[in-house]
Formats: sequence, C-alpha cells, structure tokens
Amino acid sequence: MTTLSLALLSLGNRRLTAMLSIFAIALSVTLFLGVERMRIGAKESFTNTISGTDLIVGARAGNVQLLLYSVFRIGNATSNVSMQSIEAIAARDDVAWVVPISLGDSHRGYRVMGTSNDYFEHYRYGKKLPLQFADGHRFDDLFDVVVGAEVAQKLGYRIGTEIIISHGIGAIGGEKHENTPFRISGILKPTGTPVDRTVHISLGGFEAMHFGWGDSSLFSGFQPDGDQLRELDLQPSSVTAALVGTKTRFAIFQVQRFVNEFPGEPLTAVLPGVALQELWSILGVAETALTAVSAMVVVTAILGMMTMILSTLNERRREIAILRSIGAHTGTVFSLLVLEAGILAAGGIVLGTGLLYGALFAVNPWIEQNYGLYLAIEAPSLYEVKLLISILLIALLVGTLPGLRAYRQSLVDGMSVRG
Amino acid sequence: MSSGASAGRQSKEHEDPGSEALLRLEGLEFRWPGRDGFSLAVGSFTLAHGEKLFLMGPSGSGKSTLLNLICGIMAPHSGKVLIDGTDIAGLRPSQADRLRADRLGIIFQQFNLLPYGSLLQNVLLPLQFSSARRRRASANGPPEDEARRLLERLGLQVDLHARGVTRLSIGQQQRVAVARAMIGNPSLIIADEPTSALDADSRDEFLKLLFEEVERARAGLIFVSHDRSLASAFDRCTNIDAIVSTSVPGAA
Repeated sequence: MTTLSLALLSLGNRRLTAMLSIFAIALSVTLFLGVERMRIGAKESFTNTISGTDLIVGARAGNVQLLLYSVFRIGNATSNVSMQSIEAIAARDDVAWVVPISLGDSHRGYRVMGTSNDYFEHYRYGKKLPLQFADGHRFDDLFDVVVGAEVAQKLGYRIGTEIIISHGIGAIGGEKHENTPFRISGILKPTGTPVDRTVHISLGGFEAMHFGWGDSSLFSGFQPDGDQLRELDLQPSSVTAALVGTKTRFAIFQVQRFVNEFPGEPLTAVLPGVALQELWSILGVAETALTAVSAMVVVTAILGMMTMILSTLNERRREIAILRSIGAHTGTVFSLLVLEAGILAAGGIVLGTGLLYGALFAVNPWIEQNYGLYLAIEAPSLYEVKLLISILLIALLVGTLPGLRAYRQSLVDGMSVRG
Repeated sequence: MSSGASAGRQSKEHEDPGSEALLRLEGLEFRWPGRDGFSLAVGSFTLAHGEKLFLMGPSGSGKSTLLNLICGIMAPHSGKVLIDGTDIAGLRPSQADRLRADRLGIIFQQFNLLPYGSLLQNVLLPLQFSSARRRRASANGPPEDEARRLLERLGLQVDLHARGVTRLSIGQQQRVAVARAMIGNPSLIIADEPTSALDADSRDEFLKLLFEEVERARAGLIFVSHDRSLASAFDRCTNIDAIVSTSVPGAA
C-alpha cells in the first residue's frame, strides 16, 4: 500500500464525513464556476445587447446616457433629433442604413418605441443574431404593434390583442391615447436584451397617437378616428435617436465625426460596443462582489474540511501510532494528512465540475428561453482550470495544519497512546 | 576494543564483540521535557540473537519509554541502543524509522490493526516502509503468498484474508498482529503485553503460535507482561527494575 492508498482507505473508513466534505466542496466549486460562467455569459450578452449597429445617434449627451435611453430604454433624451438631420446622415455615401427610433410613451410599464420596419431588419444582438418572430409579422397597418417576448408573456398578449398606450412613461397615470387603440401583429422571440421589454410601433403610429397633441387641437374637440389618421400619411418631424449602419468599418469614424460636428444641431454619435463596455465597467462592482462571495463560499468549504480532518485526529492517534511502529516516518504521517485534504478537495473539484456541467445541460435551454442568456457549454477555460488548481493548492496548504498537528502528536505519543 | 564505543558506526561484518548481541543498551539516559520531568537510565543490557526474554514490569515503570527508546522513536540524551551493531539512537530520525522498519516487529496490547484494511493489507503494511523487508518477504514468491502462509500458520483461514479486520475476535486480531510483526523476518520482535486482553485459552494458543514463528525466523523476542505465569516458557525472565532505574523528581 502506498501513502495514497492508505489515505484513501482511511477516508473510506470515514466515508460519511468524507463524502459530506467532498459534497460541500463540490457545491462551492459548482457555485464558484457557475457564477463565473454567468458573469462571463452576462457580460457577453450585455456587451452584445446591440450588435451590427455601428453608431447610435442622438441629441448631444454622454456616451452612457445616450446608450441608456436608446438601447436600454432607461431615462430620457434631453432633446430630439430633427428628421432633416437624420436625412442628412442617411444621405451620406458611406452610410448603409439609418433606423430612426422614437421613445417617450409606455404601455403598462413597458416602454413604447416608434420605429420603422427596417428595425427588424437591422437590429442585431449577441453574435449578430437577427430579431425573430415567435408569432405574427412586422407592421402592416398604422396601428400594428410588435411586442417583445417578456411583454407578451407577462401581459398574456396574443396576436390580435388590442392595447392602449399611455402618454409618458409612468406605470400609472399619464393620459391614455384612448382614441388610437393598437393591435398586436407580431410577437418576438426572447433575446435577453431590452427588446424583450419593448412595445414596438411604427413611426407613423407614434405620430398618429400624438396627432393634434402639442397644439391646442386636443382640446378643440377634433379627435380623428383610425381611418382618418390612416389617410394622413403621418411622418415625424423629429425622432429620439437613430441606429446607423455604415458601409465599411473605416467609415464609422468618418460618420461619427460628421455627426459630432453636425452644424444643424448638437448631436452625439457613439459606438455601441465602446459605450456598452463603459457601462459594464460601472456595473463591474457588482460583478466583483459576486465573485468575492462565491470565493468566500469555497474558502468556507475548505475550512469545513479542515475542521473535519482536525476533529478526527484524536481518534486516529492509535492509527498513527501503528504506522509509526511499523516504520512510517513522521513525514509520512504529515503527508498522509495533507494528502487526505488533497483527496477531499480533488474529489470536490471533480464532482463540483461535473455538477456544473450537469446543471448547465439541465437549465441551459430554460435560461436561454427565459432570460435570453446563452451560457456556452464548453470545456473549462484556462482561467477556470487555474482557479480549480488554486482551490486544490489552498486545500493542500490548509491540510498542512492537521498534518503538522498529527506530526507533533506522533512525536509525543510515540508508539503508545495514552488517554 | 571492548568498549563498543565505535560499534554504532560499524556494520556487523566487523569483528566487534558488541555486534554479537542482537540488542545492546549502553549507558542510556532519558528525561522527559519539563521541570519535574520523569527520567530513566539503563546501565547496560544485552539480548542475544534468538533469545526470548520475558520482561516483567508494572505500568509506570518506564516500560513504554524503554520500548520507544529501543524502537528509535524517542532519542536518549546519552547512551547507545545497538541493534545488530547499529546505534539506532545515533541515527537521524528518518534512518531510525528505516532501521525499525527493517529489523523490528512490534505487537501491542490491543488495537494493533488499521480498522479499514483487510487482513492481508494489514500484514503487508510494513513492507511499504522497508525495501529490505519486502525483499526478504518476496524470497519465496510474491509477498502476498508469504502473508497468506503466515496467516494460515497462525490459524486464520484463507476465506478471512481479504476481509476487514474489525469483525475478528481479539484473539484473531492479535494473531494478525503477529503475522504483521513477522513478515519479512525481522530480527527482533517486541511484544508489549500482547496477551493481556485475551482469555486463558487463547493466551496459551497465542503464545504457542508466537513462539513457533519467532523460532522459525530465529528472531529475538522481548515479551513485556505482568503475568508471571507465562514466564517459565522463556529463555530468560527479568524484572524491568533490574534493567531500568527511574526517578520522578516531582513525586519524590
């Protein structure tokens, strides 16, 4: 028998506590790796909330502010962008497409966004994934609505459901655009982006429900009905922001400079990737906190293991005295205990990694379905392998404490155990 | 020449009178650490090759300390413990461990066996710590065969060998301990009250089997007990007080 098999047999003799220690370490490892995967998945997903769009153009604002209201529907634009400016940008040779968006209204707590059908064409998320319809189609009619997956699911909407949009963005209160009911024409598949929580209407529809607002005609009693509004061929004079695609990568910076120096009005153009990174770095504190907590859980599990090993030392003095009597070195006694810690930790690491993959296979479709978060099921990364090796090394280091104790005990006890 | 002062550094091939003895203690002194520590001294003691010694001693007589000193687990402050001419007290701890693994077989009063090993695993255990002993145990085929032969001679049937030791009776456990002490033919067997937990019948049986094995291996035996009735079977009977003088300053 080698020292390793001795340690294994000895642990086998205490299999219940050994299994519990392994299990505790395994769970902590699963949590730690799981958090790590989630963190990377979330970051990946977040920084790819919008992809395929080269620039976001809005009224002069900070990068993050523009990103927040145009992509995350958080906060409001300070002012609008006139349609002339949008057209000037669209007219450039190096611009492939421009999708204007209008924000400002809401429906039962969800933001309403006016845009064109091009949005469904050009908006990309994740690894340049296009928006897909779970049901229905794009805007055909002035009062067609396309809702995101979460809106449809939470509010129980189906194709054909009629909805009323509120003016402003409060969940409650605000005047309602009651004379212009909208009808759901399409429901999008989950994306894990703010698109899921957005109610999309056409720019024309956006104009139609505000028709007459802003001047005194609201109170003049003229309330056009849907068909009258359809006749009017409404086009907005200004929008909140626009998504811009350029023809070449090089053109991005030319267009950005063009927008930022636009003479007509103060505008800002941001590269979404850069702004998303900037925003993520603000959220990074939470990320670090999460990692720290799961690391603490691993440390707790390792300390639990050490406590377990230490608590068995007294009842194992006889075992150690026997080994000494047949010629085991005190060093062997020490390494036996350290090895034991190593075996428990290695067992926990292997089991924990197995649990992680089991969990990933089990819940991945569900997470993707519900949160649009795609966690790649791939072999552990070099970083994760390094983490696991560190856990093993920490366990071995911690194992030296019972090791040293047993070593000193064996020197005092010799071959005879008293008490 | 007769002082034996250089015996510790000489192998037994040299014609040193000190090496004639299997075990020789010379001017041993040991003190437990602490202010009113117990101290122990041995003037001179010799055990011949193949000699079976009955060592009688009550508990508290310094018996455990003496055995730990002979086995090289504790180091004396002065003096020599020559085993086949090698001073185990003068060796580095790891070398002392090696010498113990090579030359000694030890049987305790009780709980000799690792509870998680099978009979065979327990018997083979000493071979892990000594290649010399492994070689000797492999002289007639694999060491497992040697272990089985030993166990069978000691009355432990083949069907038990792969089983765990916890379900054996105490008498059976003590016989497994004999097999473990004897495997690979050590030259000195130290048995520390091995029969005190046995009833009269199994005690006599145990002693008979132990003697057979010790004689077969031509090993020396130090048998510690306070059961005088056993003494007559041995070559020599000594009271521990005759070898060892102890003092407990604090209790005086």
